[in-house]
Order: sequence, then structure tokens, then C-alpha cells
Amino acid sequence: MSPEMLRLILQATGDTLTMVAIAAGLGTLFGLPLGVFLATSGRGELLAAPWLNRVLGTVVNATRSTPFIILVVAIIPFTRLIAGTSIGTAAACVPLTVAATPFIARLVEGAIREVDGGLVEAARAFGASPLQIVLKVLIPEALPGIVLGLTLAVVSLLGFSAMVGAVGGGGLGDLGIRYGYQRFMPEMMLAVVVVLIVLVQAVQTLGDRLARRLNKRLRHG
Amino acid sequence: MTAPVRVPLPQDLGRHFPGDALVRLEGVTKTFPARRGAAPFTALDGIDLAVRRGSVLGVIGRSGAGKSTLIRLVNGLERPTGGRVIVGEAEISRLPEAELRRERRGIGMIFQHFNLLSARTAAGNVALPLEVAGYDRAAIRARVNELLDLVGLTAQRDRYPAELSGGQKQRVGIARALATSPKVLLSDEATSALDPETTRSILDLLARINRELGLTILLITHEMSVIRAISHEVAVLDQGRIAESGDVFEVFTRPQAAITRTFLDHETGRALPPVLAERLRAGQPGEGDSAVLRITFRGPHATDPVLAQLVRDAGIVACILSGTVDEIAGKPFGTLVVSVDGHPEIVARTQGFLRERGLDAEFLGTLPADAWPAPRSETRHVA
Repeated sequence: MSPEMLRLILQATGDTLTMVAIAAGLGTLFGLPLGVFLATSGRGELLAAPWLNRVLGTVVNATRSTPFIILVVAIIPFTRLIAGTSIGTAAACVPLTVAATPFIARLVEGAIREVDGGLVEAARAFGASPLQIVLKVLIPEALPGIVLGLTLAVVSLLGFSAMVGAVGGGGLGDLGIRYGYQRFMPEMMLAVVVVLIVLVQAVQTLGDRLARRLNKRLRHG
Repeated sequence: MTAPVRVPLPQDLGRHFPGDALVRLEGVTKTFPARRGAAPFTALDGIDLAVRRGSVLGVIGRSGAGKSTLIRLVNGLERPTGGRVIVGEAEISRLPEAELRRERRGIGMIFQHFNLLSARTAAGNVALPLEVAGYDRAAIRARVNELLDLVGLTAQRDRYPAELSGGQKQRVGIARALATSPKVLLSDEATSALDPETTRSILDLLARINRELGLTILLITHEMSVIRAISHEVAVLDQGRIAESGDVFEVFTRPQAAITRTFLDHETGRALPPVLAERLRAGQPGEGDSAVLRITFRGPHATDPVLAQLVRDAGIVACILSGTVDEIAGKPFGTLVVSVDGHPEIVARTQGFLRERGLDAEFLGTLPADAWPAPRSETRHVA
């Protein structure tokens, strides 16, 4: 493998990690509250707002049912508004975040809904406000589930980030397509796939380990 | 069967004194609105109930009787459809949510399934209501230590709920419920998920808290043994109404409602042994049959040797068929099922003799001569 190839791979890996990290970070920033709200705003629930719940639920579903590659193209005007351009790694973060947010929201919602309703009742019984219940009961209790969800989201984002090459996003996917496929460099394709496999393994292992450490529901010695 | 915990009863215990009631339910009704395919459901229908300051009131009922709804009305987790719920000076049923939250700090609650946070240690769980109430760190630390000491869990303070036994979890629940120094404790089937021995230790702890801290306790249960172990007063809930209520000893020894008798049958030896029950016939005994009587020994007469007196003074022989002597709310109580010669006069004289001594002798039925040998009294044709 030539030093040039190595440089390209390192560069692309850095781009991919940057995009995934920004999208996962922003996606969590927006998706976590959204997920908590979706899980607690149904009829008769803690922050009951059934109408808003239904509207947000529909928006989330619409975003999630749009194929990512179409989403990337469809929101180009929005991307340009936010990033100033629709091309490049920074611009690619916009559609990635837009895709990650509802995905993370649904995963967070699922984790929050797993929390035993008895805990909410106990917290209400000792005088906790809805916000206190969210912050001190629901999120801490759902944390192992949320961490596993975020792990899944990061792995998915690694896959999505390969597609933003289509709009000049850079990263490993772009490298694999341009060098590995279009320039007939199978060794580049292989290297890209190997790096991605290693990244996914690392993310999943870290996520699993963290979730297990946070989960106090199991007895450990 | 759980042995009773002795709880000294205040001398003035008896009827409710409305002025001294800490918790009051007045004409409370709760109807759950109709849901898809189901008619509206009335869980509680015109409940009047008062829990006196410093006393333990047990509400007993089958599942679906409305117990859970009733206890949740007291801390405002449920709102009544009609009537008033008052705790201390606050009318819980009318308070807006924000004020209700403040009132709830004065009302502790423990649960059947403990409802502890899995991500917090024993100490962390006890600290939670204090954090919510805005106590500072040092105050929380001191109070948590004090509470864990009270429930005997100082050594387990850093354990997570998954590392604790059921009884220990409920102790954490009790410590958490007491954290903000409430004036009343609500117990929602707190021992129903525990084994008999652990149940007993938890009931002991609750009785001790009632006694030493003067904490008023309202508990709901489906087990008479729980009522009997720690309650001063009992209310029997049936299909959303109170079938019977009053002093535990009174209700246990002179149950009026059929539902109360059903609960008591297995608890106070009222149930007849099967061998006897299947031979017993309704109706008056004929020649050679025997009459079955249930003698109830209450209070001061519980230890009288009445059967010996019956033979000596009235010349009537009674055969013991079954019996128990027990203690309810600190007072002795016994039940004796006996058979006597079924001659109407003998039966009448036996009942009269016992009544003169302040004992109830309830006629239960007839044992036919071919099913059970009748005791012969020497005086049969003399009197």
C-alpha cells in the first residue's frame, strides 16, 4: 500500500469520524429531548400533550421513511442555508443530523417507555415535578437503553456517511466509490471496508460495555 | 399464620373522633370514564372514612374492590369524581398540581413492588425525595444516615436494589417514604410480595414506626393477617363501598357483613373442619341428632373454663369439634365449635347458660345421628 493511499485513507477516516461525531452529537442534542417528549406526552401521561405528540410523531415518521439518499438531495436548500454550501464534509453534517435526530428520538422513546411506570408513580407520590421525574427518574433509569440506542445510531450513521459522498461529502464511502470502484482499485475498496468494520466493532464494543456498566439491574459481584 | 405484633392501644380507642381525624374521605366517589367498548366503571361509591391521628387503619378488600383507587386519592395520584379528600388542613381533592406536590411531601407512600430506582443505591433512593424537596447536600447526607439506621440498613447503604432481598428493598422503600418526615404513611399492599417471615419483620417495623414516631398509617391489603398484626381499626371494602368498619377487635370478633366473615373464616379459626362441614345440615335437630354451636370467647371471658362449668352447673355435656385461642389487637379471643344433645331444651339451656356469662353461642346447624354420635347429657329429662 502506497503512502499516498495511506494518507487518503487516514484523511477519509478523519472526515467520516468528524461527520459521524457531529451528527451523533447534534442528533442526540435534538433527539434526546424529542424522544423524552414523545415517550411522555401521550394522552394521560406525564407531560400530556396528545395533539403535539401526534404532530411530532408524524414528522418523525415522515423523516424516517424518506430514504437517506433522497433526504440528502431534498434538503439541499436547507443545507445551504445552514452550512452556506451544499458540498463538502461540513455540509454533509446537515442531512446526517436531520436523519439522526428522529432515529435517536425513537430509540430514546423506546428506552424511556421501558422504565417501570411504578417508578413514576413513586416519584409523583413524594412530590416530584414532571421535569424532576424526567431528569432524576426516567433518564437515569433508561440510560443503559439510551446508550445502546446511541450505539446503534452511530453504527447507522457510519453507513449513512458513506452516502453523503454523493454530494461531495468526503469520507470513507466516498473514497471507496471514487478510488475503489471508479478507478478500479480493489485494494482501496478492501481497505475502506476493513476500516469500516473495525470502526463498527469498536463502537459496538464500547457501547455494549458502557451500557453494561450503567445497568444496575443485574447483580454483579 | 403470622403471629400478632403487640401494639399498645390508646385508651380512648373506639369510635372515630372527627375532630381528631388526620385523613378524611367524605362521600368520595370515583368513576373512570368509558373507554373503547367498556362502560364507565365506578371504583368507589360514597366512601366515608376517617383515619385518626397516630392510629393505623387497615382497608381490606378483594382485588378489584377499589382499594388501590382509594389509597391513591389520599395523595392525589387520583382525583375523586365526587366528595372530598382531606389530609390535615389541606383539601387534597381540590388542590392545584403545584400545591399538591408540596402537600405530598407530608404523605409518604410504600408500594407492593417497592418501586425503587435500579440505578441508585439504597442511600441514593432514600436521598431522592430530599433532592426533589431541595435539601442541601449535608442535610441530605445526615437525614439518609438517620433513616437507614432506623430501618436497619446502614450496612447496605451502597448496595443497588438488585443486590438487596425483598425485605431489604421494602425497608429502603419505607426509609424513602419517611425521608421528608411525613405525617401520614400510605401502604399499598406493602407486604404482598414478601414471604411470611419477611412480612412479619416489615409489619413489626411499621408498628414500631407508628408507635415511636406517632406516624399515622393508612394501609390497604387483601390479607386479614396484616390488619390483625398492626391495625387499630379496619374498614372492609366491597365493590366500591365500605361494608363494615370499626375497631379491629370488634370487627374480628363480631363481624356483621358477609364479606367480612369470608375474610375472617381462614384467619380466626371460624372455618369448620371439612369433615364436620360436609356432615352439617341446616335446620333444627331431631331425636338423636346433635346441635352444633359456635362459642365466641371475647376479652375478659376468653379464658373462662365454661365447658367445665357447663357440665358441673348445668349437667350438659358438650363435645369439642374444633377450636382456637388467639390474640387480636392485643386482646385474647377464642372460638370453640361444640356439639350438644340436639334436644331443643338442651340447646336452649346451653345458649342461655353461655349468654349469662357474656359469651355468644351461635347455632350453626345439625349433625344427623347417623353421621356423628351425639353427646348424651345425664340431665336430659330431669329438668
